[in-house]
Amino acid sequence: MLKLDIFLSALANGLLTGAVYALIALGLTLIYGVLHIINFAHGATLTLAMFAVFVAHQAFGLDPYIAVFILTPLFFVLGYALQRAVITPASHGDDGNILLVTLGVSIIIENALLAIFRSDTRSIDVPYGFSVMEVGTLFLSTPKVIAFVATLAVAGLLWLLLARSDTGKAIRAVAKEKTGAALCGIDVAHIYAVTFGIGTACLAIAACLLMPTFLVNPRVGNAFVLVAFTIVVLGGMGSIGGALAGGLIIGVVESLSGLYFGESLGQIGIFLIFLVVLLFRPTGLFGAKA
Amino acid sequence: MKGGFLTSGYGPILIVVAALAILPFGFSANTTLNFLGFVLIVTLAAQGWNLLAGYGGQFSFGHAAFFGMGAYGIALAQVRFGLNPWLALPLAIALGALTGTILGYLSFRARLRGSYFALVTLAFAEVFRILANASAFTGGAAGVLIPLRIDAANFQFADKRSFYWLALSFVAFVLLLTHWIARSRFGAYLVAVRENEDAARALGVDALAVKLKAITLSGGITAAAGCLYAQKFLYIDANLAFGPWISVEALLAPIIGGIGTVFGPLAGAVLLLGLGEVTKTFFTWLLGGAVPGIDLVVFGVLLILCVAFAPRGVLGVLRRIVPAFRGGRP
Repeated sequence: MLKLDIFLSALANGLLTGAVYALIALGLTLIYGVLHIINFAHGATLTLAMFAVFVAHQAFGLDPYIAVFILTPLFFVLGYALQRAVITPASHGDDGNILLVTLGVSIIIENALLAIFRSDTRSIDVPYGFSVMEVGTLFLSTPKVIAFVATLAVAGLLWLLLARSDTGKAIRAVAKEKTGAALCGIDVAHIYAVTFGIGTACLAIAACLLMPTFLVNPRVGNAFVLVAFTIVVLGGMGSIGGALAGGLIIGVVESLSGLYFGESLGQIGIFLIFLVVLLFRPTGLFGAKA
Repeated sequence: MKGGFLTSGYGPILIVVAALAILPFGFSANTTLNFLGFVLIVTLAAQGWNLLAGYGGQFSFGHAAFFGMGAYGIALAQVRFGLNPWLALPLAIALGALTGTILGYLSFRARLRGSYFALVTLAFAEVFRILANASAFTGGAAGVLIPLRIDAANFQFADKRSFYWLALSFVAFVLLLTHWIARSRFGAYLVAVRENEDAARALGVDALAVKLKAITLSGGITAAAGCLYAQKFLYIDANLAFGPWISVEALLAPIIGGIGTVFGPLAGAVLLLGLGEVTKTFFTWLLGGAVPGIDLVVFGVLLILCVAFAPRGVLGVLRRIVPAFRGGRP
């Protein structure tokens, strides 16, 4: 009985953490699906967003759940500008160059944060940080449940945006056939930057949802970036449903292998999944095109 | 082939190596020698990366995997099995080369290219880092300490210049090897695979075999850099040996110096680490205290600027504006 309780609680916690992983992966997979580039700066941008939440809380006393409404548009603009002013002009449209430029961006962000905030690990102190809610026999961390629900809401909104709005239609058109889209009068450079902006905005939301329960230091993004890549690869590059499912699976795998094999090997499980999927089934579990 | 002794062939390599060899007679300060020794280690690691990525077009983001194999290989052979480091050196290099072959076989057989290959190499390096950090055999998070027994027969030198010359001889060997490969049939195949793999395959080039050969050599060369690192500092841990820093520096040096050229990694490493020292000193002076990471911020900016404005690196820029460099294209 006790065994089952521990198992169920690990499972539930895995699902809750996995939802935030999914949100991070959602931004990555959207950028990949439309621009066909791997944004190596995704993890560093998440770190930047987490520090932005930290500063908003320390300097202005803003609660993360309020800061989200300021930071999300701010990071959309940041992503838009980054793609349009740095990544596109610097990479000359070459795949390898884009990888190198985004690597350069991630090195700059990570080390600028290190120079400013030093390597100390920081957290914010919110009154509900440790509050729990009882669901059946399980005790779940309230901020994590909020993050889970918010992620599902964001994924729903994103789907609505892509399926219903004109911008969404343009994004899907560019993803499928950019030359054709350009011939129809769609401003491809603008749509690319908008997509990059949306992907970056997802990180601001993820950061606001993470900060009540997570710690931040300048290298924290590294822990998330390979997890996010694993999810994207697992779910199929560019697939939003795949990212959501992949995130939940990875969260559960991490939680359960942490339970049975200890913390450090929980991470190994993720990398092994990543390698096995890439090496043996690069189209992902759900068979989206690679 | 055209041009004089100075601009093509083995001439420039011999001149550069000779100039570097007499350098320690000019400086006697230990800090300078330490710095130059470190530059040569990064150069060697970068030469390994350059062979695979610069000539073969396979961008690795995880050369730390090979560097760490070399470093742990030579350190553990001594500490766990009591081997003489000179005997452990070829074994550790072979371990790095073997890692290259296996990693290459797995990813090239799965037809991973471009970004996918970069991600897989990064993931391998991370797996090795976590394993080395967790396993008792590799000393766990405490790392491996190589016992101090200063003796040339024990690969530990009383005179810092001896280490410098040894590292220089490794770098010189790889300069010659790279030059030779660039002109060999294998080198031509390698460049053909880089430029257009499908076309090369259609012309009868066994792309898988060519890439495997390149990553094996690349792994061995970068592992040699790891061996030198372990013997220089006599201490390694998972973050030093398998950490992202060396993957990044092994890739930055050739890109900044001149990717796919014989001298690119050397020029890039000198420039990069020199600039890093200048930046650190400047900010320490400006703010009255060390600022961690500031040199890496400069590296990141340099990387983007190079990709944007100098795709052939600093040597490419020099070749454009200084006529003396123009003759040969090594």
